[in-house]
This record gives sequence, C-alpha cells and structure tokens, in this order.
Amino acid sequence: MRRLSIDSSRLPVIGTLAVLAIMLVVGGVRYSNFLTLRNFGNLLINNSFLIALAVGMTFVILMGGIDLSVGAVLALSGIVVAAMLRDGFPIAIVLPIAILVGTVFGLMHGLLIHYFKIQPFIATLAGMFLARGLCFVIAPESIAINEPGFAALAGQSFALGGGFRITTAVIIALVVLAIAFYLLHYTRFGRTVYAIGGGEQSAVMMGLPVARSKVLAYVVSGTCAGLGGLLFAMFSRSGYALTGVGMELDAIAAVVVGGTLLTGGSGFVLGSLLGVLVLGLIQTIITFEGTLSSWWTKIVIGALLLVFVVLQRALARRNE
Amino acid sequence: MTEPHLERGSIVSRAVSHNLFWPIVALLALIAANTIRRPNFLSITIMDGHLFGSLIDIMRSASPLLLVALGMTLVIATRGIDLSVGSMIAISGALALSYIQASPSPNSITTVVPAVLIALAVCLLLGAWNGFMVSVLGIQPIIATLILMMAGRGIAMLITGGFITTVNSTPYKALGSGWFLGLPIPSWIAGLTLVAVLLLCRWGALGMLVEAVGINPAAARLAGVRSRVIIWTVYIVAGLFAGIAGILLSADTMAADANNAGLFYELDAILAVVIGGTSLAGGKFSLSGTFVGVLVIATLSRTVTILGISPLITPLFKALVVILVMLLQSPVVREKLEAMGRRRRRNRATGEAVSA
Repeated sequence: MRRLSIDSSRLPVIGTLAVLAIMLVVGGVRYSNFLTLRNFGNLLINNSFLIALAVGMTFVILMGGIDLSVGAVLALSGIVVAAMLRDGFPIAIVLPIAILVGTVFGLMHGLLIHYFKIQPFIATLAGMFLARGLCFVIAPESIAINEPGFAALAGQSFALGGGFRITTAVIIALVVLAIAFYLLHYTRFGRTVYAIGGGEQSAVMMGLPVARSKVLAYVVSGTCAGLGGLLFAMFSRSGYALTGVGMELDAIAAVVVGGTLLTGGSGFVLGSLLGVLVLGLIQTIITFEGTLSSWWTKIVIGALLLVFVVLQRALARRNE
Repeated sequence: MTEPHLERGSIVSRAVSHNLFWPIVALLALIAANTIRRPNFLSITIMDGHLFGSLIDIMRSASPLLLVALGMTLVIATRGIDLSVGSMIAISGALALSYIQASPSPNSITTVVPAVLIALAVCLLLGAWNGFMVSVLGIQPIIATLILMMAGRGIAMLITGGFITTVNSTPYKALGSGWFLGLPIPSWIAGLTLVAVLLLCRWGALGMLVEAVGINPAAARLAGVRSRVIIWTVYIVAGLFAGIAGILLSADTMAADANNAGLFYELDAILAVVIGGTSLAGGKFSLSGTFVGVLVIATLSRTVTILGISPLITPLFKALVVILVMLLQSPVVREKLEAMGRRRRRNRATGEAVSA
C-alpha cells in the first residue's frame, strides 16, 4: 500500500488551494449570488489578460529571473492593436503584429541578459521604460476600437449552461495556459528551465542548452505580455498608454501566491492560475462587500503575499 | 620618442575604463545638448539674494531622488534591493500633510515639527520592518519589499481617506521651495546627507562593513561582522531617506497624492545607482557614482522639456540612456573595446617601427 505523502514542492500550491476554498466559502456564506457559475465566469473574464501575464512570468521566475516590463508591453501591444485598427489595417495582420511586439521585447531582454550579462531586473526595467515611452509616441490619448470584426471577436461569448459564460479572451488565455503546462512539464525546454532555476552552473555542466532556453524563456514572457495586450484590448475595447501600470507586480504576486519560489527551480504554472484567481477573488469580495474602499484590495494583497512568503520561507527552512 | 604616446594612451585608456567615464560622458552630452538648444542654460543669475538658473533647478529637482538613491546604494551594496521607497514617499507625505491639515494652526512651527517627526518615525519603522523581513526571516529582498510596495499605496490612501490632501503651511512649504544662503533648501538637505553618508562610509567603518556583507555574507559573519545588524541598518536608513524625500516632494506641491506621489521613484533610484557603477550583485559601491547617476536622470528629464519633446516620452530616453550605459559597462563590450584599443596601439607602434 502506498503511503499518502505530499511532495514538499506541492505544499505551497495546496496552501493556495486552501486559501481559494476559504475565500469561496466565506464569500458564499456572506453574499448571495457569490457562489454562482456566472460570478466564476466573470472572474475569468475580468482576469484573462492577467492569466496570460502570469503564465509568461512563471517561466521567467522558475528560471530565477524576473520580468518587470510585462505591464508596459501589455499597454504597448494594446495601443498597437487600437492604432492599427483605427488606420484600417486588416485584423489578420494586426493581431499577429500585436503579439510580435511582445516577442521582440522578450528577445531583446533575453539577449541583453544572456549575452551582455545585464541583470534581468535592469534589462527588463529598461524594457519597461522603453515600452511605456513608445506607447506615448504612438498615442498619448486613449483610442477606442470600433472595428466591427474585432468587436465581434471580442464580444463573442460562449454560454456553457447555468449562467457560466466566457469570452474569446478567456478561451485564448486558457489555451495559452495549456500550452505552457505542456512546455514546462513535457518538453526538454521545460526541464531546462527548471534546471536553470535550480542552478545555472550545474545546468551548464549537465550540457543542457542553457543559452537558448534562457533567451527563449524571456521570449515566452514577452510573447505572453504581447498576447496579454491583445486580450486587454478585447476586454476594454480600447488602447491607452497608461493601462497596466503596476500590472507586472500583480503578475509577480500571482505567481508567488501560486506557489512558485522566487529563487527559481520550484513551482507550477497551474499554481499561477490559482494565484490569479485568488487575486481576482479579493477584488470580487471587496466589490461585493460594497462598504470597503478599493484601496483595501492593495492592502489585502500585500498581507496575503506576506503570509505566503513567510510560509514558503518556513517550509524552505524545514527542508534545509 | 614613443614614450609620451604610450603615456597618453594609457591615461586615456585608464580614463575610459574608469567606472564613471561613461556616466560622466552621458551627463556632459546632455548638458551640451541643452546648451546648444538654449545658450543661457549654464548661466546662473542672482535675484533677491537667491541663485536662479537651469542648473539650480536641476539641483532642486534632483534632491529627493538623491536621498532615495543614497539609501538604495547602501541597500544594493548588501546584495539587497528596496522596492518600497516609492510607497514610503507617499506614506510620509500623506502623514505629514494630514497631521498639518488636522491641526488648528497649520502655519505654526510647532505643528510642522511634529508632523515631520511623525512622518520620519513611521518611515523609519517601515524600513525596520523591511530589514526584519530580510535579515531575520531571511526573505529575499525583492519580495520582502514588494509586499510593502503593494500595500504601502493602500496604506497611504487609508491615511488620506482616498482624497488628495492639500494644505497651506508656510514653514512646511519652505522645506520644499524655500532658500537658504542662496541655494534651495532641498539641495542643502540632500547635499548634507550625501556628505554625512560619505563621511560615515569612507572615514568611518560603515562602508567597509557594508561591502563585506555584500561581497560574502558568510565570510563577513565569520570575520566577526554582525551582518544582521548591518543589513537591518541599511534598510532603516533607506526608509528614513525615503521619508525625508517624501517630505521634500509633498512640501514642493503642498499636496499628498497617495496614488502618484513617488511613483516610479524606486525604479529611478535603482537606475541612478546602476548608472553610477554599483553592481546589483552587491559588494563594492560608489556614492559619487550614485550622485552622477542622479544628475544624469534629473538632467535627462530637464533636457526632454528643453528640447520641446512631450514629457510623457521621457521614459523612452531614460531607457535608451540606460541601455547604452549598461551595454558600454557590460564586461563583454568592455573587453571588445579594450581589445580594439590594444590592436590600434599595436598597429600604430608597428607602423612607426616600419617608418623608422
């Protein structure tokens, strides 16, 4: 008979699940209409772009790096979509270009970090400033998206019974999540990402393709941010240079709350989805509460982050 | 015959390989660009016993950033990072202005002094909290300070009640826009702080201890350095300096905006430190480098306005300067540049030998 044992790297994710369950129960008891499929659908709809960002961020953090540019790249990609559609480019050209914007940024980060040995923090910080500046070069004002094809695509919603309704953006985000799950757990690239996070020197000595994988992980993160911009444009039907300020922090928080260690090497991309859902639920509960001001969201997320980080630290100490 | 040549070559190459060479070149280039655009850029006039001019403006606007960057330099030297300084700026301004607003006599010095002291004390405590997380709990600095960075703006909102607090208080306003002996008061505060930190670090032992912790914490501990106390100290200092910066910034605008006060200050400060040649990997740090870095960033913002470019695009130029300076300082490019210099010298030497 197999003893029921829990892998210690899974403990943080189980913690996240527990928090999620507690929040659902508390919300369900306190508010009517909280534990409904409609509400859960809305949770996914309101956070589809954050799922994309968190998925990309997971690759980078698993490797022991960080990507501070994702919020700004999201804004840039959104503005590219809005500006190109306004100027009459066909949608079949606009969508790939919006995602490519992110890919190019990711590639730039990867090359700066790997070949010029610039620290990830600084390289992606420069990328963040670059993207934000480019946003204002393209359009300092908000651009509404009225293109009928895009509006139809974004407005398309799929009712799955019981009031559960999701949009195209949610489906895209979940497909990205599935691809990331496959990449991380079933490919050489994924295993190399974990190995680099565990120790870059050892990964090099094992003969793993460290250089390629490192650059590729930043490309994945950039591409996800570009895609996130597209999803945000679908969500808000506009492009604006100041969207996504501080969103990189939400993405990092989601990944950490989702059980990935910031030192790299341990974590799961599905955990990041749970992290996004937890952050989204905090927002939902504060909205349902009605009397609480919006800034409590920030304080609660900070407190939750604190609890998770301290718990992870305690776990790490126990394993030492 | 060839000796003076070599001598000069070696001086040039030594200057080029100096840590501050490229940052100073960037600063001079910015100043040159401004002077070409506005020939009176460098001129300083005296009006009512105060000095006026673009350079003085830059000195004033750079003061809060210099304070934050000084604290950041020490933190980075211990292999840490402090992302929460921007939020602490917001909290400090919110506390001081809310206290003054609630008091019956906002213009009295007996209101302003406690307001400033309360704000600074709270920032000191927040810094101590960061230090506790990093040094005692052993949490990575980036995530430990990320918590306060996220929650801090919420706390500042809580203090101001979600409004932008505005008050009128002459003594408080003087902290941000007053003059003393012809120079802006913020510049005095930041300048004196720079001198104090320089003395503590370079004449006192603090600098050596901080570097010891940054280079190898374990070895430092074995050598009898109390790493934990040192790490704790630098985060407290960073919190305090961010608090002072928050006072200066809020006194300049006389408004506490919890959402936007000190926004991106942590990033600008980190950029200034890195441009100044201090590595994010910790260890050796350069306070004079940080000073130059702060001047580069402050002058850059000014340049963008003078050149008539929308200030919204400033981040773009910041990014370009950072990428350029970082590339030139990166080991790969440095080696290439040095190899190129060597080859040119060798070519010249062989050329002279042939012609002789």
